Amino acid sequence: MDHDHYSDAYIGSILTEVKTVAIIGASANEARPSYFVMKYLLNKGFEVTPVNPGQAGKEILGQMTCASLAELPGPVDMVDIFRASAAVPGITDEILAMQTLPKVVWMQLTVRDDESAAQLEERGIRVVMDRCPKIEFGRLSHEIGWAGINSKTLSSRKPQLGNGFQSFGIRK
Amino acid sequence: MSQRIPGFETLAIHSGAQPDPATGARITPIYQTTAYVFNDTDHAASLFGLQAFGNIYTRIMNPTQAVLEERLAALEGGTAALAVASGHAAQMLVFHTIMTSGDNFISARRLYGGSINQFGHSFKNFGWEVRWADVDKPETISSQIDERTKAIFIESFANPAGFVTDIEAMAKIAHDHGIPLIVDNTMASPYLVRPIEHGADIVVRSLTKFLGGHGNSMGGVIVDGGTFDWSASDKYPMLSKPRDEYAGVVLHETFGNFAFAIACRVLGLRDLGPAIAPMNAFLILTGIETLALRMQRHCDNALAVAKHLKAHPKVEWVEYSGLEDHHNHALMKRYSPKGSGSVFTFGVKGGYEAGVKFVEGVEIISHLANIGDTRTLVIHPASTTHRQLTDEQRALAGAGNDVVRLSIGIENVDDIIADIDQALDKA
Repeated sequence: MDHDHYSDAYIGSILTEVKTVAIIGASANEARPSYFVMKYLLNKGFEVTPVNPGQAGKEILGQMTCASLAELPGPVDMVDIFRASAAVPGITDEILAMQTLPKVVWMQLTVRDDESAAQLEERGIRVVMDRCPKIEFGRLSHEIGWAGINSKTLSSRKPQLGNGFQSFGIRK
Repeated sequence: MSQRIPGFETLAIHSGAQPDPATGARITPIYQTTAYVFNDTDHAASLFGLQAFGNIYTRIMNPTQAVLEERLAALEGGTAALAVASGHAAQMLVFHTIMTSGDNFISARRLYGGSINQFGHSFKNFGWEVRWADVDKPETISSQIDERTKAIFIESFANPAGFVTDIEAMAKIAHDHGIPLIVDNTMASPYLVRPIEHGADIVVRSLTKFLGGHGNSMGGVIVDGGTFDWSASDKYPMLSKPRDEYAGVVLHETFGNFAFAIACRVLGLRDLGPAIAPMNAFLILTGIETLALRMQRHCDNALAVAKHLKAHPKVEWVEYSGLEDHHNHALMKRYSPKGSGSVFTFGVKGGYEAGVKFVEGVEIISHLANIGDTRTLVIHPASTTHRQLTDEQRALAGAGNDVVRLSIGIENVDDIIADIDQALDKA
């Protein structure tokens, strides 16, 4: 897997197949990027479980927070990592110890650890590093264009409408 | 769409513009609306808190404008863009985002006369100091940079003679000092030069000129190259420090490599207010679709006219970088191999008086203060665009008293030359 460049098809298939996400490092502070991402993913219909030992037992955006991956109430399709790259090897060990492995491990912008990625891929887990799922969802749905951001996509086809006003989805 | 990278002409037509999902309208509609209905209070809160993508109020964003912005970001090779009411508005928002009272920036002296006024006079009232430099003598830039210097500003092709600036050399000086390079790309257009590829961090431009191209709409744009690290120092607090009005959000941390464009929108445009009209955004979008065709013809016609003038007995001199014996030619070829632009200057034998007679003698060519129109335009900078400057400032800006500036259009080139010849006969 080339982790320097991801195809839109690769990212798009992940964002359309994944339904449940655990966010490691989810913050209760509404100014933090992890809060932005969690709120966006909830609005797009993902089931999101925050994972943050400091918030364990409390709700973030109405979702009960777990202290660790081991304490998740059930399997998740994707683990999204909002931690520094140095924390990734330890998190990888925790992921590989999960009863049901996630299908995808996603690392946020600036987060990258190629050795961990190789370990995860060896177990059949798809890996995305140094990307943001909110940006990628906004880009592939083309919502991000409303903010004047270069989506790097061209299309003459009908945008997928989401719920309510000003909401697009990603075409499967 | 596969992962092949589309060509410039394709981006110019398709970037940003999907069919309207409700009606199938293929051309981007003119969203002539001031505001947008929220789904509920939570949706409104998400939009106001910058947590969701979407429109709130047309002073800050508009769907027609957004298509224009994405297209310009794509054409310039940037991460994002912000379209505003004029090129001057774009410059004001850029500096508003990086400057506070007591700060300074270095600017090329060879500049559009309107920018010389904006930087030298209006900005002074904000406590923003411009320090003029000669881009051909890089030491005049470095020697003026201090701890309050926030940026270097140049034009890619400099008004009025259209000389190309060594963008890579300017970028190196800026980056060696930990400050961004801002390039006004109005006269080149991204068809000829994409400054971000040469190290520029921010591109500003008037859309009124070649992009819209038909002399019918005012507009300006800021393109974020996504290349500058706003958090590497404490020099850019609007980007690197928490914003109280957004509940403590740090824009650079939250928006990464498009944070500058976002900051210009949600701080500068929000508070200073120079929004582009949706109708103008629409007209400029239509113009951009033919930019590649027009720009090439502009350049080809300009070269033919410059060669003709060079051989004309009534012409004293021609300053066009496209001419092989011009001192700027080699640099022009390096940065802009497809052409040398369509704006250049020449001197009529007989100086000021002859220049005035020439400008007043043209029949098809229009005597007005603009460039980058389909039609050929002429002006005498000393009596118009550069009138407020002193004789010395005019000479330094390449707009001396004998200078006539042409902006060559895309008419039949023989007709342009014929009009010039009959006007020269009267001069």
